[in-house]
Amino acid sequence: MDWTSWLVGTVSRALAFGVPLLWGTLGEIYAERSGIVNLGVEGMMILGAYAGFAVAQTYGHPGWGLLAAAAVGMVAALWHAFLTVTLRANQYVSGLALTLFGLGLAGLLGRGWEGRPLRAPLGSLAVPVLGDLPVLGPMLFRDQTVLTYLGIVAALVLWIVLFRTRWGIVVRSVGESPATADAVGIHVGLVRYLCVAVGGLLAGVGGGYLSVAYRPSWTEGMTAGMGWIVIALTIFASWNPLRAIWGAFFFGALYHLSFRLQAYVSPELLKMMPYAFAILVLAVSGFGGARRRGGAPGALGLPYVRGER
Amino acid sequence: MAEAAWAAIHLQNITKSFPGVLANDRVSLALRSGEVHALLGENGAGKTTLMNILYGLYRADAGEIWVKGRKVNIRSPRHALSLGIGMVHQHFKLVLPHTVAENVALGLSGTPFWAPTRAVARRLGDLSDRYGLPVDPDRRVWDLSAGEQQRVEILKALIRGAEVLVLDEPTSVLTPHEVGELLKVLGRMKAEGHAIVFISHKLDEVLEAADWVTVMRRGQVVGTVRAEETDKAALARMMVGREVVFRLTKKACTPGEAALVAEDLHVRSDRGSLALKGISLALCRGEILGVAGVAGNGQRELVEVLTGLRRAERGRVQVLGQDLTRASARRLSDSGVAHIPEERIRMGIVPGLSVEENLILKRHHRPPFCRGGILRLAAARRFAGQAIEEYRIQTPSARTPAKLLSGGNIQKLILARELSGSPALVIAAHPTYGLDVGATEQIRELLLRQRDAGAGILLVSEDLEEIMELADRIAVLFRGEIMGVVPAGEASLEEIGLMMAGERRAAAAAGGGR
Amino acid sequence: MKRLGPFVLERRLAPPRHVVFGVSLLAVVVALLLAALVFWAYGVSPVRAYSEIGRGTLGTVGGLSDIVRRAIPLILCGVGLTLSFRAQFWNIGAEGQLLAGAVAATGVALFVRVPDGFRLPLMFLAGFSAGAVWALIPALLRVKLRVNEVISTLMMNYIMAYIVEWLVHGPWKGPTMRGFAYTDMFPVAARLPYLTGTRIHWPTLVVGVAAAILVALLLARTRLGYEIRVVGQSPDAARYAGINFTTVLALALVVSGGLAALAGVGEVAGVHWRLRSPGHVSMGYGYTAIIVAWLARGSPLAAIFTALLFGLIFAAGDLMKTTLGLPFQITGVFNGLILFSLISSDLLMYWRVRLASKEKAWTGQAGS
Repeated sequence: MDWTSWLVGTVSRALAFGVPLLWGTLGEIYAERSGIVNLGVEGMMILGAYAGFAVAQTYGHPGWGLLAAAAVGMVAALWHAFLTVTLRANQYVSGLALTLFGLGLAGLLGRGWEGRPLRAPLGSLAVPVLGDLPVLGPMLFRDQTVLTYLGIVAALVLWIVLFRTRWGIVVRSVGESPATADAVGIHVGLVRYLCVAVGGLLAGVGGGYLSVAYRPSWTEGMTAGMGWIVIALTIFASWNPLRAIWGAFFFGALYHLSFRLQAYVSPELLKMMPYAFAILVLAVSGFGGARRRGGAPGALGLPYVRGER
Repeated sequence: MAEAAWAAIHLQNITKSFPGVLANDRVSLALRSGEVHALLGENGAGKTTLMNILYGLYRADAGEIWVKGRKVNIRSPRHALSLGIGMVHQHFKLVLPHTVAENVALGLSGTPFWAPTRAVARRLGDLSDRYGLPVDPDRRVWDLSAGEQQRVEILKALIRGAEVLVLDEPTSVLTPHEVGELLKVLGRMKAEGHAIVFISHKLDEVLEAADWVTVMRRGQVVGTVRAEETDKAALARMMVGREVVFRLTKKACTPGEAALVAEDLHVRSDRGSLALKGISLALCRGEILGVAGVAGNGQRELVEVLTGLRRAERGRVQVLGQDLTRASARRLSDSGVAHIPEERIRMGIVPGLSVEENLILKRHHRPPFCRGGILRLAAARRFAGQAIEEYRIQTPSARTPAKLLSGGNIQKLILARELSGSPALVIAAHPTYGLDVGATEQIRELLLRQRDAGAGILLVSEDLEEIMELADRIAVLFRGEIMGVVPAGEASLEEIGLMMAGERRAAAAAGGGR
Repeated sequence: MKRLGPFVLERRLAPPRHVVFGVSLLAVVVALLLAALVFWAYGVSPVRAYSEIGRGTLGTVGGLSDIVRRAIPLILCGVGLTLSFRAQFWNIGAEGQLLAGAVAATGVALFVRVPDGFRLPLMFLAGFSAGAVWALIPALLRVKLRVNEVISTLMMNYIMAYIVEWLVHGPWKGPTMRGFAYTDMFPVAARLPYLTGTRIHWPTLVVGVAAAILVALLLARTRLGYEIRVVGQSPDAARYAGINFTTVLALALVVSGGLAALAGVGEVAGVHWRLRSPGHVSMGYGYTAIIVAWLARGSPLAAIFTALLFGLIFAAGDLMKTTLGLPFQITGVFNGLILFSLISSDLLMYWRVRLASKEKAWTGQAGS
């Protein structure tokens, strides 16, 4: 095999595989920036994947499928927000419950759809002009769906909102020090609800991408632990949307390589790679950021109660 | 000011209860523009609760609030701010990793959506000049001194148009010099027509700063007087409800062998900067060495390095002649070093464990409480029974979770545990901070008794009165260095104040302290 | 304090035991009612479903034995997890630790030469050690490199699952198994005996119950247990008291992971008699055990009973598949619902409702 075509294929597929990770990570970054850990990403993604497939199949249009995926992800996230913000439940356990429930429910509902190809998948977008470039064209601009580019744009927009606008100051302050935000009249609970909801919406799109665009079909458990990789990526990206882009595509490449190298190494061991890398990446960032909690929001994981006495 | 004759704010019969406590009992208060109104009282008298109600953080169970002649029902801090009421809390409400401008812009209406910090920085500049409150809008708050952080808090309130400003214990984190600066700022604010509430439990400042003084005790108003028509003794009587003995009965100190010798200690803070820069201290058995200073000048690191919670970069620590420089917390504790920690609930106890389990926290690994890896619960129970009686810990039973105890009783539990093994050296950090009068007195007595029994006590406190009262010698910390050591009898408040602000005591005199 | 009509809601700091029990029971009942909606949505009458389940599981010896058989791994994992949770270590990795035990036991069963009488004890020992190591890694990563244990233990689950997958497809694939991804059958000396008339591999059950009792004693009566509780409740107080965080956490995780691994040993030696793909070896016992430990509120003895409850749910899942034609995934929905209602009820325990006295009612009205 000639190496340019190998490289073109690898990069192009790495991008495609990184897309759900990117959307999920962007969402988790917003939730965590507001102080709420949502371990339900896997659950929200699988529900999004199911809803996306079912709706796209029923109505014959991938756009409706993706909208449904976003909506379902958001509803699931709002449930998590209700438990953790309003009822002040343990965030870890609530997220785990959401994942268990999501996997179970999607599996239950999706039984009838199992293995059927989607009749209206989201096609790739050939970008005019750029798509005709040699090497770069096929690598970046021919085999991607619109969600790849939208994801990168979303990362940029979310970064700008977080660090260059009034809203961003509010979100970051609520995650760092909710008591401070409360004292100047910011509704901490509302901000957290919104951020968690946005997180669910983005995770839902990530899940929908899997069943509507990447592999247009429904398989039980098709998210295969991506939700957990998202949690690791959020830490790896230091809660920064721009860094999430690199992280997501790096892991996309790992996933892709685990298919690509099957000729040389047994596939089961290759599939292990992203998970092992996730631990490794956290260990390395832990090594570097040992001095200061690696930029984690100060109130991450803690419920906020006004005037505790 | 003639037009400010009517009260800017009127609180009437405010009542608020928390489980088990009536924090405010029919409290009434009138605040006028252009005046400083001090709210004086012991810890737990209900001053802060009252002001939190005014600021919309708590809702009163009963009572009325009138602002400029209109009855209002203040629902939230935002609502309070819109009515022109601002508050600077004792523990600053600032987002530490953010910049000054970001902190000020947070929740500030009228800032642009895009790049709000730039607009805020401009407005900050104007306000800083007008009130004499210089700050750099681009610095991160965690790099600022406590005094600078306080300025940010005041600016936050002013930029939101606060006409009434509540300052909760504003001087507790300041050097005497900074207190002077703050009073000047308050003067300018008065001149601009602001009404200021000044919460404090320190008599001197109140008399200096205020036009009016309202004294609270146990949730009730004892009385309101004009500052110029009263004096310290009268206020103290109102505050405590009986004649106040300003001095504990204290025997002369009879120093014995060296309990602690620390030489040339260099210690880094969590953020990596040098927090102690070559400190040397000596402390004998049977004496109390007070360490005074404004918070954040290395006290925390000093306590931690002496109790094994932090490693010394350089230098030596000897306890009873034994070198324990880099010893672990357990080794130091086993060698007779007791530690009364600053954060008593976070560090001093395990909230969910019972009183008796907490009482053996430091010795659970040794006989009689543990043999062969098995806990001896009967021994623990016996010990708990004794300790509860001897230290008068008020608890339903020895098996009650420690978190259910009041602050004073939690501190007594800690003292019972730390002092029961007759330690040679006691490191006490802010031992009476936030306690009521009764508990404070009891704890000071316990410390003195321990001294008379032959322990060396290192007392770190921000409360100068406490240090003057208890210590035999006083050392002053400033930016990680000792400015001087003075025998308590010779020390004047002015001299210590100067050292707290960074003035080194003449070398000859310091020599006498060693 | 809040007021609702004639009642007053008050916060309390420490809920008494009967309240904890009552609220937990209520949570389970609420979850069962919610699950009834799922049945109903599937066109199965909830009444019929529950009576069918009751008859099929609790009503017959076979049904009861199924419950216990499902509960055995849940007891072992659940008891282990109570220890992790008491140390405030979010060990989500019982699934991987269980599989590690299954792998080690299979290795001993098939590839180690030992006298027959020693084979089973050695399998348990090897299993325990493997699970202990698998749990120790995330503990050390957390202490030394601040790696969040939720993620590391989860990732370790996936890694172990793929190791099992690799073994049964590759090096350990049984020559006699033709196309299937199994190892060879264990020799008879590596199979656990059944309780007469049932398919309960009783030695594992005994180990599980003994483990629950020992862990309860460990927590209440030993220095290590005391230190685990201190470390879990207040890491700062532990540091202050000179307790070695690393050692305590490491020991807690060794026991926690080891016990989960014993569950894996029981599954391969008592149920399957061979190593299969991970989804068949475990059915998600390690994840369900999180709910078991949570519902038991960290008490190892209570975990025996909560494990039996979830054993019942698993057995019911089997039953629903055969008699009602409902998919097995319904147990996942069930478990999620129970966990949801359980954590929602947590806040409930910290509130006490009482009738407001007349005088207070009056001031309350004046205030509003």
